[in-house]
Amino acid sequence: MQRVAVVVFPGSNCDADTLDAARAAGSEAYYVWHRDTDLKQADAVILPGGFSYGDYLRSGAIARFSPVLRAVTAHARAGGPVLGICNGFQILCEAGLLPGALMRNIRLKFLSRPVRVRVETADTPFTNRYERGEELTLPIAHGDGRYVADAPTAAELEANAQIVLRYVTENPNGSTHDIAGVCNAGRNVVGIMPHPERRNALVLGGQDGARVFLSLEARNATQHAGDMRAVDGRHLRV
Amino acid sequence: MIDPQITPELVQEHNLTTEEYERILALLGRTPTFPELGIFSALWSEHCSYKHSRPILKSFPTTGPQVVQGPGENAGVLRLPDGWAVAFKIESHNHPSAVEPYQGAATGAGGILRDVFTMGARPVALLNSLRFGPLDQPRNRYLFAGVVRGIGDYGNCVGVPTLGGEVDFAPGYSGNPLVNAMCVGILREKDLIKAAAHGVGNLLLAVGSRTGRDGIHGASFASEELTQESEQRRPQVQVGDPFTEKLLLEASLELIGSGHIVAIQDMGAAGLTSSSAEMAARGGVGVEIDLSKVPTREPGMTPYEILLSESQERMLVVAKADRVKEVQAIAAKWELDATPIGRVTDDGMYRCLWEGKVVVEIPGQRLVDDCPVYYPEAAEDPRIAALRTASPTHHAPRTTPTQALLALLDSPALASKRWVFEQYDSTVQASTAIPPGGDAGVLRVRYTDFGIAVKTDCNSRYVRLDPYEGGKATVAEAARNVACTGARPLGITDCLNFGSPERPEVFYQFREACRGIADACRALGTPVTGGNVSFYNESPSGAVDPTPVVGMIGLLTRIDRAVPSHARAPGDVVFVLGETRAELGGSAYWEICHDFIGGQPPRVNLDDEKRLGDFLVAGAERGLFRSAHDCSHGGLGVALAEVAMGGPYQVQGFGLDVDLSTYHAPLTTHQLLFSESHGRAVITCSAERVAAVQALAGELGVPALRVGSVGPVDGTFRIVLRDEKVEESVGRLRELYFGAIPRRMGD
Repeated sequence: MQRVAVVVFPGSNCDADTLDAARAAGSEAYYVWHRDTDLKQADAVILPGGFSYGDYLRSGAIARFSPVLRAVTAHARAGGPVLGICNGFQILCEAGLLPGALMRNIRLKFLSRPVRVRVETADTPFTNRYERGEELTLPIAHGDGRYVADAPTAAELEANAQIVLRYVTENPNGSTHDIAGVCNAGRNVVGIMPHPERRNALVLGGQDGARVFLSLEARNATQHAGDMRAVDGRHLRV
Repeated sequence: MIDPQITPELVQEHNLTTEEYERILALLGRTPTFPELGIFSALWSEHCSYKHSRPILKSFPTTGPQVVQGPGENAGVLRLPDGWAVAFKIESHNHPSAVEPYQGAATGAGGILRDVFTMGARPVALLNSLRFGPLDQPRNRYLFAGVVRGIGDYGNCVGVPTLGGEVDFAPGYSGNPLVNAMCVGILREKDLIKAAAHGVGNLLLAVGSRTGRDGIHGASFASEELTQESEQRRPQVQVGDPFTEKLLLEASLELIGSGHIVAIQDMGAAGLTSSSAEMAARGGVGVEIDLSKVPTREPGMTPYEILLSESQERMLVVAKADRVKEVQAIAAKWELDATPIGRVTDDGMYRCLWEGKVVVEIPGQRLVDDCPVYYPEAAEDPRIAALRTASPTHHAPRTTPTQALLALLDSPALASKRWVFEQYDSTVQASTAIPPGGDAGVLRVRYTDFGIAVKTDCNSRYVRLDPYEGGKATVAEAARNVACTGARPLGITDCLNFGSPERPEVFYQFREACRGIADACRALGTPVTGGNVSFYNESPSGAVDPTPVVGMIGLLTRIDRAVPSHARAPGDVVFVLGETRAELGGSAYWEICHDFIGGQPPRVNLDDEKRLGDFLVAGAERGLFRSAHDCSHGGLGVALAEVAMGGPYQVQGFGLDVDLSTYHAPLTTHQLLFSESHGRAVITCSAERVAAVQALAGELGVPALRVGSVGPVDGTFRIVLRDEKVEESVGRLRELYFGAIPRRMGD
């Protein structure tokens, strides 16, 4: 059982959904308040969707300065798994933990709808229960979801297989290379625009998102996790 | 700053009649102070006092075993299984949206959210009901785009899914759009809290945003007609801050759960004045407020301004006398201020102080109760009566049934509203079982097996032509929509949008529509739990079409049995339920293909409607249907097309093969396809379920005609009629239906 910290900013609004989805996958999930500096020995951290601090300036621009982000950054630098969903993805880009940036949708409108995405790599702590090339239906709901990276960065992401999810059939927001999700070079930090926590049960129209959370539970069996241990909130390689 | 002298002109500017002012003088035994005049103006405005509508509203059925809280509170509450309950309310924000569509609509969503979470309920769904003039006019497009963006930005940020609603376009709304917002919340019944101040010595705290100069006299503004000068009212439109709303939501629910407070109310219309006066009157106590303690956004605000400001995202909380620190600690956690501004007293007076001096002193109960009640004259406009017996005179060039169907699917009023609802987050909270685009929105209640279905409805064409039948139809259609998903209709909230009640033809519409709503609610067992009246929806071009919007709640005992609206598998059998009659009056077909809005709208047989509802719910519970869709605006032709075209995010539709050539009633092709007879629905089921469907229909006395089958993916939509047929590829239908609004909005 993994300890999963779900970070709550005052304007988070997918925190409860994310906590539930992680618990449904068997994790021991709990909240960490944005003013906290201790992740309480988390094995993994999730930054949920929402509008962290209202996002009137720029999505995630204020959140990157929050006290909890220092702890999240330390966790990430130590190789601990971090997932940012939607606003969480925006925050991870703002904080420099992921390359690129998320800009206003190309049609300049908020867009809420199911999309088709392809899993481009199973080699992350959050996608190891998917097959590479598998197509999923997941909801998006964002105004600032256009992933932008300059040409050399995009080429590097492609070359290193750092693209985690890619829109297929239709690119809803104008993202570079149809990118819906990326990971860092260390593969432990992942950001995605679609909301897997909103599609993890048949009653919600499908369960394509469930394995994002199950992957975390399965990751002990993979090369990513087995060698990580948290001691007093800090991660050490053993 | 010195308050102005009270003159007849000043009284008039405050929208108070001479008689009303006389009553104030008698009540006080002296001339009111300037702040007192402002208070009376606000609380005795139509918006707050219901002075023209109260006697009519009394005729609504408001009780039933499922009613936990009827009208009179911030929101109505209905009972759900296992100790759960649902709080819900609808409210208008028409006037502000007409002059500032983005903020007007955004703050409408904000206000209705607060009405629901102040009952102790967590908001789980937003809905809306919108009316605009035709989209060929730039002003209407501007209002439409601004309103939709305003609702979206607010609800999306707060994190409450917008689960549906309705949008209609008609010339009667040009320059006078209607923006009604509904919120639905879930709570444990035992956690319900009411907005009644009590406990002498308990303290009043202002929680949330500071008080500014925005929205002063919004309630009075909402109680007058729109004129050329209304544009100057733009500064009276409040500005919304959804992030603070989210903080306020969390803080309020935490405060309610903490036991430190006894009452809480939104400072909504008429701001501090109405929230404090209403809470005091409900609790039968007095209050004393020190206005100089109210945190203000700018220096130099007067008592008058502080009392009447409608700055958003503010709450008035009555805290237990010894718990102020605890209340402040919870507020601080959510980065909000909580400032003691007054106390509950035992003398029944509504009293305000300013720098140590009494500036307001009014007997509290009488301030709320003594507002005059009016019984306006009601008389039908003879032109409407004449229109009802008319029929299209100059026939438009004869359209084939296929052409007519395509024209209907391409009209913004009937076309898919995907352009609208994809700007609203409809899946946040991870509970959405049926998203917008179906008959009703359906969501699960977390940690239970049941769910609720929610829908807003109103066809104003029917109400305009025959307000009584139109009122009935509004409730009947909402109930039918909810029942199509498999949910049993439980109760309604209503938002009654009309012109000036001082005009006899408008008051006639109002009275008759309410009579229709009341009769339908009685017959269908769906009591009215509250709502809102919005009069004076008039612009220089006249009154809006009468638009009594109903928001319906239904209960699905098994959420996993929720029934979608659209065909799902080739080969499935198609049934038409109910009777189609020669009822083209008020129809979309006459409006769009003959440019004629008139005739006798279809009449509702409430017994038939009840039976149909029972059938839909029973069939869904037994898992008989693959889909169920209400047949209403646009008739059978449009309903069948919608079943075939599929949901808004389906990549392709299905063909449909329907044969109506032997339909028993003597109807013309166009009557058969486009009559809007009530009490009908279209269902599809698998071949194995046909016998069970027929048996259930026979048992419950619902006419069920097997008319055809679902065709292949992306196939042909075909209806065979006696001597004609409708035939078109479903792809073409989808193109028109999903493209109609984006094409007109230029994207």
